[in-house]
Parts: sequence; structure tokens; C-alpha cells
Amino acid sequence: MHESIQYIVNFLYAAMLTGVPLMYGTLGEVITQKAGNLNLGVEGMMYLGAVFGFWGGYATGSPVMALLCAFAAGMGGALLYALLTVSFKANQNVTGLTLTIFGTGLANYIGTSLIMASPTESATVAANVINAFRPVRFGFLTDIPYLGKLIFSHSWFVYLGVALCVAAGFYLNHTRQGLNLRAVGENAAAADAVGIPVTLYKYVHIGVGGGICGLGGAYVALVTCGGTWTYNCISGLGWIAVALVIFAAWSPYRVLYGSLAFGTLSILRLYIPGTVISIPPSIFSMLPFLATILVLVITSIRLTREKMQPRGCGVNYFREER
Amino acid sequence: MTKPVIRAVQRTDIAPGVAFGFRALAIGLALCTGGVFILLLGHNPFAVYGSMLRGSLGTEIALTETIKMTIPLLVTSLGVTLAFRMRFWNIGAEGQICIGAIAATYFALFHADWPGWVLFPVMMTAAFVAAGLWGAIPAVCKARFGTNETLFTLMMNYLALYIIQFLREGPWKDPAGFNYPKIARFAQSAQMKGVLGIHWGWIVALVLLVLVYLYMRRSKQGYEIDVVGQSENTARYAGMNVSKIIVRTMVFSAGICGLAGMIQAAGANRTLTESVAGGVGFTAITVAWLSQLNPLAILPVSFLFAMLQRGSGFIESIFGISNAAAAVLQGVLLFFMLGCEFFVRFRLTVRKEGVSVHA
Repeated sequence: MHESIQYIVNFLYAAMLTGVPLMYGTLGEVITQKAGNLNLGVEGMMYLGAVFGFWGGYATGSPVMALLCAFAAGMGGALLYALLTVSFKANQNVTGLTLTIFGTGLANYIGTSLIMASPTESATVAANVINAFRPVRFGFLTDIPYLGKLIFSHSWFVYLGVALCVAAGFYLNHTRQGLNLRAVGENAAAADAVGIPVTLYKYVHIGVGGGICGLGGAYVALVTCGGTWTYNCISGLGWIAVALVIFAAWSPYRVLYGSLAFGTLSILRLYIPGTVISIPPSIFSMLPFLATILVLVITSIRLTREKMQPRGCGVNYFREER
Repeated sequence: MTKPVIRAVQRTDIAPGVAFGFRALAIGLALCTGGVFILLLGHNPFAVYGSMLRGSLGTEIALTETIKMTIPLLVTSLGVTLAFRMRFWNIGAEGQICIGAIAATYFALFHADWPGWVLFPVMMTAAFVAAGLWGAIPAVCKARFGTNETLFTLMMNYLALYIIQFLREGPWKDPAGFNYPKIARFAQSAQMKGVLGIHWGWIVALVLLVLVYLYMRRSKQGYEIDVVGQSENTARYAGMNVSKIIVRTMVFSAGICGLAGMIQAAGANRTLTESVAGGVGFTAITVAWLSQLNPLAILPVSFLFAMLQRGSGFIESIFGISNAAAAVLQGVLLFFMLGCEFFVRFRLTVRKEGVSVHA
């Protein structure tokens, strides 16, 4: 009995860890889409966050600098996207895609250069940076059987993400700025008419959203990959995050369990003993994507107002066009 | 409400020369930015750009390789252009290429004994039909329920990729591969032969270019695509069956991408691997967009992108610059082109104490 519970606890713990970068990426994209912009550049912004977060930790040896660099890099990519789509009215799909191409290229480029410049032909951040993101202990709380492991023994990076989700949920639903933001995303012309500075709202939230995506990238580089630069480290996580936004129905709270569900699906293969059912690994790998497609179709059939994409999403707002 | 100092006004029309000038300027600025990037890496930008040119056009082998890279890009761009003109964001070309390649591979592996004049048409038809049906799934959902096609087609890329992995590790594993999970090399009879030094995929690509151009510009269905793209309500008002047009166009769009997959598998790789699409599906989207969804412009633009990719591979060997630099340069070029379209579509007006002066 004890062994099987321990097995399930370990499984859930691993699922949580797998879900963390998705949580950051998804939260960032939710905030972006609430401003009425569909940014397909999550993958690129996560790459930018990963490589600059890594570089920040590598060059300065400070975990705080690593996080700041990651946030700034993700935000930089997002602001470039905002400049092109908000001010220059460029197509959002193509601009986001370009950001992904650019971010992926730049990250792998800088990462490879760091590796080539290093005498050992591999690049790893200083031990204190890696240790800063190790699981922490909360005294006796961590020793509670099962629950202690599941809730009170994560890295600060995990708790920061959860806190950001809760804060974003509160911001969207209970503050004036959050209400204004939702208005901008739903109907920019109406928001403009009541005097909400549409352009400012879009820039700020696209930028912050991108910064949060960047933190997700830094998690991959510094925690998942253990602080050693790995070529192509994000490999599709950003795209899953875009899908998860639908799964979470544009709610920051639902991002929490959405990312847990996707984390579970991604590692299921490793935890189901081959003797129980034998399914080829490739079929298992399909599961998260199949689930997203199902959610996408089902939500589009059952149209509920609260669970839909903000109506202005994907369309650029130009005041003089009607 | 505060009055903005600078405001954008939509242009009613623009002289073609001016538009061309803007775009040339954007390419120039992109090359300069790329040059600064190269300079920061400690290389001479002129030397690097020069080597890229030599590496992609300089010798007969280089030119052949560049053309080989152009073929899938050209075909796939033609495919996505059809859907894009309808404002249907088919981001799933990558997966459609895979599905086309899978269907063609089936016949290449198990019916290689058929005479060439039967085998190749069957492979092409299979690729077109399989990928077309694959692409019809999101189209039907879009037409019926309004499902977001951008995200749907995107997710299907991964499904297609994992199907290849499944076939490679399971049913289609090469029995002569010493248990190494790979799909067997196609028999000689199922490989596309060279015509003028390059496998005959280039002929297919050029024929498709003409066909797509005629279809879009000279046929009733092509006109319907444009109307649906501009305004679904107008299309409905004019009595068009919008759902039917969406599904039909998407079948063609995905089918053409599937043909690119068949050409890659039977012409370039002579086997099926997970990298059969290798990012072509995504690059094709940017190619199509840069070409303003104009089939005739796709030919030079896809050649340019092939040069960029081929050239980057070359400078990797000479200067030790990682070939990820290709993606960086591609991104910079696209950013500038996207920004430049704003100045083609709008002109800026500066407000000065009540009177506005054209800038």
C-alpha cells in the first residue's frame, strides 16, 4: 500500500515539475491574449528567456541576475512583436511565427557560441545558481507524509509561478486595470471610446506576458536541463503553451491545473509499467496534442462566453478603420 | 482624449515605384542589421555575405543544392498561399508534408515493383489525397463550429511527426537495419531520377506554380477564395457556399503541401525520416507572406530563402559561425519586411498646432 501511494506521489511530483515551464508560458500568453493579441512567438520568447537567463547566470553567477535577464529577454522579444503588430499593424500570425524563428535561431546561436568558447566544450552555470533553484524545505511541513513532498518541497521557481498565476487572476478579475485590459481585448474600439489608452495597455501587457514566457524558458535552461546549455532545449514547449491557453480557457487560475494535466500526460509513459499496457512511446507522445485538439473542438462546439478567446484577438485595432 | 502628434493615415494608393523603394530599403536595412550582428561576432560582414553568395551560387554543385532546397519551399508556399488568400491560417504545412510523404512511402516500400509510369502517378495521387484529407479535418471543424484553425493545424503537426516515429519504430522498421529503428532506403525504381542534374521534382514544382497561378487568377473557384477571404458575409450574400469553399480550398492547400512531402521523400531523401519537413512548413509561411500571396513572386523569394539557408551552411564550415545564424538572419529580414509593409499601407501625418502637414 505504502509503496503504491509513494509511486503515485512521485508521479504527481514529476508531473508538476514537467508542467512548470508550461505554466509560465501559458500564463504569459493568457495575459497577451487578454490584450487582444495572439502571439505565436511563445516558443521564441521562451528560447530568448532560456538563453539570456542562462547567460545571465553564466556570466554573473547570480541567480537574481539570471531571472532578470530572462524576463528582460522575453519582454524584449514581446515588445518587438508589439511594435510590429500594435503600431505597425503587421499580421499577428506571421509576426509571432517570425519571433519564434528568430528567438530559436538566436538562442541556439548564442548557446552554441558559449559552448564553443568554453575550453571543456560544454557550458554550465556556477553551482550557486543551480543550488538557488533546488527544492527548499519548510521545516516540519516538508516532513508531512506525501503532502509534504507534493506541496512543501519545490524550488522557489515553482512557487513564484503559482504566485504569478494567482496574482494575475486577481488582477484580471478584481482590479480596474484588469477590467480595462479585458475591455481592450474584447473590443478595442469601445475601450478607446471610453478613454482607455488602448496602445499603452497593449504594449504593457504584451511586454509583461513575454517576460513571463521568458521566465518559463529560464526554468528549462536552469532547472530542467540542470544549468547546462542544451541545444534545442525548449523543443516545442512554447507551442504546447499556446495550446494550453485554450485548455485553460483564458483563466490564470485554470492555468495551474491545466499545466499539471499536461505535465501528467507528458510523463505518463514513464510511469505506466510496460506489463500493464504496452503502447508504443510515439503514441504516448501524441496524447497532449490530441487532448488539446479535443478541447479546442469541444469548446468551439459548446460556445460559452466566459470560456472563449477574447473577441478582438488576432485582429489589429486601427482607430480610423471601421 | 489627447491628440496624437503623429498619426497614421491609410493610403488609398501608392505608386508601384515607391512601394518597391520601401521594400528595397527594408531589405537593405535588414542586411545592415545582419552585418552589425556579424561584426559583433568578430567577422567581416562583407566577407561573410560574399561567402554566402559563393556557397549558394558559386559552383555548379552549390547551385544544384540551392535549387534542391528551393523545390519543397516553392511547392509548400504555393500550398499555404491558397489557404492564406482565404484568410485561413494553415500553420500545419509541416504536418501535411509528413502525411504526404507517408502516403507516398507506402507505395515506394511495398509496390516498388510496379512500372514507373504507374508507380509515380500513384505515389503523387496518394500524397495529395492523404494530405488533403488530413487538412480537411480542421477545415470541416472551422466551417461547422468555427474552431480556431491556427491552433488546430499547429497541433496536427505533432501528430504527423509522431506517426512517422511510430512507423519507423514499428510496422515499417527496416528488417535489414540490424534492429536500428529506421525506414529502409527506397528501391531504385521508386526514386525520382535526375533531369538536368536535379531530381524531376523541379518540373513538378514549376507545373504547380503555373497551375496555382491560373487557378487563383483565372478560375471561378479562385475568385471565390478571394471573396471569402475579404468578407465571408459578402460571399454568403452573393450566394456562395462558404463552408464548401473553405473545405475545398483547404484540401487543395494541404494536398499541395503533401506533394512537397512526396518530392522530398522520393527525390531528395530517398527514404522517410522525421525530418522530411524539417521546418520547411514554417519557412514556407513566411515565404508566402513576403511574396504578398502572389504565386509568381514565390519563385524568387523561395530561391532567396534557399540561398540564405544554403549560404549559412557554407559559412558554418568556413567561419565557424553556427548555422543557427540562418534563422537569425531570416528573422531579421522578416521583421524588417513586416515593418516596411506599414509604410506601404499608411502614410504618417505630423500634427502642428491645428494644421496637419504631410510627412
